[in-house]
Amino acid sequence: MPKAEDVLPDNVLPGDEVVIELDDVAKTYVVRTKAGLLRRHRREVPAVAGVDLTVRRGEMIGYLGPNGAGKSTTIKMITGILTPTSGRLAVLGLQPVEQRRELARRIGVVFGQRSQLWWDLPLVESFELLHHVYATDPERHRHNMDEFVDRLDLAAFMDTPVRQLSLGQRMRGELTAALLHDPELVVLDEPTIGLDVVSKHAVREFLADVNAERGTTVLLTTHDLDDVAELCERMVVIDHGRLLIDTTVEDFTTTYGTTRRLVVELAADAEPIEVRDGLVVRVEGRRQWIEFDRRVTTAAKLVAEVGAARALKDLSIEEPGIEQLIRRLYEGGVADGPSD
Amino acid sequence: MALYGRLAAARIRSDWQYRTSFLTVLASQAMVMVFEFLGVVFVLQLVPDLGGWTPTEVAFMYALATVPFGIADLLISSVEKTADHVQQGTFDRILLRPQPALFQLSANDFQLRRIGKVVPSSAVLVWAVLNVDVDWTLGRIGVFVMAIVCGVVIYGSLWVATASVSFWAVASREAMNSVTYGGQSANEYPLHLYRNWIRATLGWGIPLAFVSYVPTQWLLDAENPLGLSDRLILATPAVAAAMAALALAIWTIGIRHYQSTGS
Repeated sequence: MPKAEDVLPDNVLPGDEVVIELDDVAKTYVVRTKAGLLRRHRREVPAVAGVDLTVRRGEMIGYLGPNGAGKSTTIKMITGILTPTSGRLAVLGLQPVEQRRELARRIGVVFGQRSQLWWDLPLVESFELLHHVYATDPERHRHNMDEFVDRLDLAAFMDTPVRQLSLGQRMRGELTAALLHDPELVVLDEPTIGLDVVSKHAVREFLADVNAERGTTVLLTTHDLDDVAELCERMVVIDHGRLLIDTTVEDFTTTYGTTRRLVVELAADAEPIEVRDGLVVRVEGRRQWIEFDRRVTTAAKLVAEVGAARALKDLSIEEPGIEQLIRRLYEGGVADGPSD
Repeated sequence: MALYGRLAAARIRSDWQYRTSFLTVLASQAMVMVFEFLGVVFVLQLVPDLGGWTPTEVAFMYALATVPFGIADLLISSVEKTADHVQQGTFDRILLRPQPALFQLSANDFQLRRIGKVVPSSAVLVWAVLNVDVDWTLGRIGVFVMAIVCGVVIYGSLWVATASVSFWAVASREAMNSVTYGGQSANEYPLHLYRNWIRATLGWGIPLAFVSYVPTQWLLDAENPLGLSDRLILATPAVAAAMAALALAIWTIGIRHYQSTGS
């Protein structure tokens, strides 16, 4: 593996420089609906309602939210596709809309559901064209090409027309296309959507390497919380156009993951056990799931209580994954906030 | 420009993937051109005198209108696909690349079949140049070249301006085609043959008269039933510059509108 100093172009050395700065950014869409022959109703729909976000160079951030929460709108504002209705916004020190073309040279964007490759041409041709579109240095282009072909195993399908690639192969092509011009910031919208386990793993591993070795800042939106758990140190959650959470993944799980489940296997089938500080949420034959809040009681106390009442054969504790936590967050289940 | 060539070549190679369709379209385009050309020949033979202009003069004027139209059509008319990009959301990708959107649209959707419009009209132009009774001085050659360049700019601007409409009204393509193709059709015959309102439209509204009628009259010293001033030839580059500026302004406003609505 080449050493970082040989690989890193001068412009992407890590530091504490701010890469993305959103200051009370809002975006309101105006929707016109028909009301009679020529009359139209004008309705304002807020998609993003005052978001503050600071991303520093070299960070890897998971940007989460349910459909329609404002994720894509935020990303489109960051990349210069949309103009914010209000608020201040700077990306790499540039005004995304006003300095769109300069910004385009310095960022890479992957839309999981929309290809940037030349659909009917062999994959290799897309890379060659992008080399000219971004006017990258030939030496640098070759170096990057070699590296990406190697890391993402592209060699086998370089001469296959893009339209014939599997989704996993295509996504590997998309990643290469977004990174060939050494962008300082990569924005990925659902990069693992629809991929099988193996391809998901390949994509995650590659992104982690790019971030670690090149110092590339990575902002990704996803529905797959394993992406965030495996890749990101920081996570930002948006809902109804507002940021709900902006914290480290670790803090999030410890702060919001106050609910645990004790799984007990009894010697014989039984009615749901009654315990003081827990609640049986599921019964399956001899197994019962008892949910409890770790702020109220401990697993040890519960085990003692259950053990006193019934004959215990086996037990285990389930911690909620961030997937569950986020779901509860959207449903308002943790709206009362952190434990302390 | 080198990049335009590369992107256009990529489009041609892509279309070549569907060979039968590609060749059929190319062949049918060539047929259309042959018939259109024959149509003009027939008209000229039936009506030997068009308001004082000889058939050769009319042929010259016809070609001086269709050659720039064909070149502009080849190079930039793909912007008419803007509506599709807006509708399908692929316009986002265009905004994520470092080239101007207009450049990308016209290069990425380059259609080789459109050369079918340039070749036959160029042949007519060459024939007409060789057959008109004109002393080709340096000044005349200069004006001739200028007329073609300005013609390309004027038609190109017309396409850009009409394509911009799709940022507001996605289903506007057909209506806008009536301006571009319709304007061109009207511009294939001498201005003095038309009724006043068409003359006014081609002179002031969509000023296509400056592409071909005005330069032809000046270059060939042809009959001047409208009593146009000699100096009107100077208006051609002015009209081209004004239309280009106007078209770019509308286009820029259109993109800004897209960026603020994201439709």
